[in-house]
Amino acid sequence: MKKTYHIEVDCANCANKMEAAAAKVAGVQAVTVNFMTQKMNVEFAEGASPSSVMKEVLTACKKVDDDCEIDF
Amino acid sequence: MTRKQKKVLIRILVSAALLAALHFIPVEGFPRFLLYLIPYGIIGYDILLKAGKGILHRQMLDENLLMAIATLGALVLGLTRTGDYAEAVAVMLFYQIGELFQSVALGKSRRSISALMDIRPDYANVEENGQLVRKDPEEIAPGALIIVQPGERVPLDGVVTEGRSSLDTSALTGESVPRDVAPGEEIISGCINLSGVLTVRTTREFGESTVSRVLDLVENASSRKSRSEHFISRFARWYTPAVVLGAVLLFLIPPLFRLVGGLSPDWGEWGYRALTFLVISCPCALVISIPLSFFAGIGGASRAGILVKGSNYLEALSRTDTVVFDKTGTLTRGVFEVTAIHHSPYTEEELLGYAALAECASSHPIAVSIRKAWGKETDRSRVADLQEISGNGVTARVDGKTVAAGNDRLMNQLGIPFVPCRHAGTIVHLAIDGAYAGHIVISDDLKPESAAAVAALRSAGVRRTVMLTGDREAAAREVAEALGIDEVHSGLLPQEKVEKLEALMAGREGQGTLAFVGDGINDAPVLSRADVGIAMGAMGSDAAIEAADLVLMDDNPLKIAKAIRAARRCMAIVYENIVFAIGVKIVCLILGALGIAGLWLAIFADVGVMVLAVLNAIRALLIGKEGS
Repeated sequence: MKKTYHIEVDCANCANKMEAAAAKVAGVQAVTVNFMTQKMNVEFAEGASPSSVMKEVLTACKKVDDDCEIDF
Repeated sequence: MTRKQKKVLIRILVSAALLAALHFIPVEGFPRFLLYLIPYGIIGYDILLKAGKGILHRQMLDENLLMAIATLGALVLGLTRTGDYAEAVAVMLFYQIGELFQSVALGKSRRSISALMDIRPDYANVEENGQLVRKDPEEIAPGALIIVQPGERVPLDGVVTEGRSSLDTSALTGESVPRDVAPGEEIISGCINLSGVLTVRTTREFGESTVSRVLDLVENASSRKSRSEHFISRFARWYTPAVVLGAVLLFLIPPLFRLVGGLSPDWGEWGYRALTFLVISCPCALVISIPLSFFAGIGGASRAGILVKGSNYLEALSRTDTVVFDKTGTLTRGVFEVTAIHHSPYTEEELLGYAALAECASSHPIAVSIRKAWGKETDRSRVADLQEISGNGVTARVDGKTVAAGNDRLMNQLGIPFVPCRHAGTIVHLAIDGAYAGHIVISDDLKPESAAAVAALRSAGVRRTVMLTGDREAAAREVAEALGIDEVHSGLLPQEKVEKLEALMAGREGQGTLAFVGDGINDAPVLSRADVGIAMGAMGSDAAIEAADLVLMDDNPLKIAKAIRAARRCMAIVYENIVFAIGVKIVCLILGALGIAGLWLAIFADVGVMVLAVLNAIRALLIGKEGS
């Protein structure tokens, strides 16, 4: 399952860091963070629940960039 | 500017003013240090806070932390050695200016790119009880009648039922010549109605309409990242740790050597140089310009009617050295017309009449073109015993006479000697009551721009052009020669086109990529197989949009070369930015290690590189305007 989320991130490198951090979260098959369009495309693993996975993703992203936001 | 940005701007101005004022205040020693802490705190408190959080999260290479260490280090050095605190404040100040510029420039370019694609219609006019009512286009079902007034944007795809007008399609196709429409013609959403009032019966709901699909395509484009983007984010991942390690080594090793050599270790000087390294270690200038260049490039191209589905395709397109064309509908207009009648004892009118009546039941484009050339009602009561011989033609009784119409194979099958045709095109032989009655030549006109398009590709650096077609060899050769195409493969069934393409891809040499151009009818598998699949004039065909990597909004083949040139231009900007940003960083590192460049130069270089790289990236917005 693929979903797109709107995000807020201030710098391009932070977006890269978010991408790397989100990719490590369990239940995330693949993720791309698009800094220019401020979007995060997440492909969830089979059977993962998007809302609980996204909570983890947000926590992981907050660790690398405290200012970031993800709407989900 | 947003509120957040304004706040930063005020902090920048206040601390800059304080910094300038402090320069003239004759306070020495520790009080001087305390005074300088005021602008430092104003400009840097959030960085220090974030640095603290970074430590808690074990993000030791966080930019904020590095910037905090560099400036705090400079303050300590000022306190213990030089008495210069302005440097630390200035580093923080310029760092914030850079961040502010980055966020303002990005917001601006994001908005201007979105404005380019501002084709979303706000409302649709529906007549209710004799009154025009504005409705949300999303609420209109297919089959509803909508009214489009002059100056309004066509909100949904549909067919004109009443009224004549001309449409400005430039927002969709980049084409400035207006298109005339009359009742019965299809119109696509996103065009602007220029002159008359049109009544339109909608054929698609909003979400399926051209406008929505185009916007969707452009908005999701850059989620597919190019190799350059991956390169720069990988580079950033090791760049920062490497430079930080360099800073540590620079701080420790030379003084230790000096100690061993009996000199004074000079910790302060080497510490200062190490701090310079920390300032240079921030990778943002590197990272920002690459996705921005691609984003601007994709935006600029879409304004010219070239929709690119991802920056990876822009990159692949820039390396195109082989272009493979589908013939029908790509190089030719895809409209069949009777162009000649040969060797017939009957008049043209009579022969066409027999052929048209014999073909009256067929919906094949060839049959349609014969009926059109005859131009009269086909009265089916004149036709009996109609038999279709699949792939070869038809036989029927027309006005009591046996008529056979078909290709060479049909004539052979019936044992009728026929005159072969030397002309290019599809040949329909006719036999009436068992005797040969001549043949009709049907051909598909070349598009007027095709020859120029092939020449333009060559001058854009494409080394090899190939044409794939299901047509006869002779017809294919004639087209290829007229256009100057290098290689032709004719008589191909749709699935054989894929095999041919794979053979071409396997046989090539070097780094060049292969682009396939088709109209999306029958060739979706080929489009998706090629390195870059380009669908032309494809706004009507869902399969083509799905399969293609690049969609040209109109069917002008000149756009192919334009797209390649645009891609090359965009990639040139990307490479310029990569080389420039990395180059400046390396030069600063060397100068910093030698003690020639201090914190001032380091921070100026960092912010300056970013400003220049961003401005350069924005240049990519203009790529669609070149060479038209």
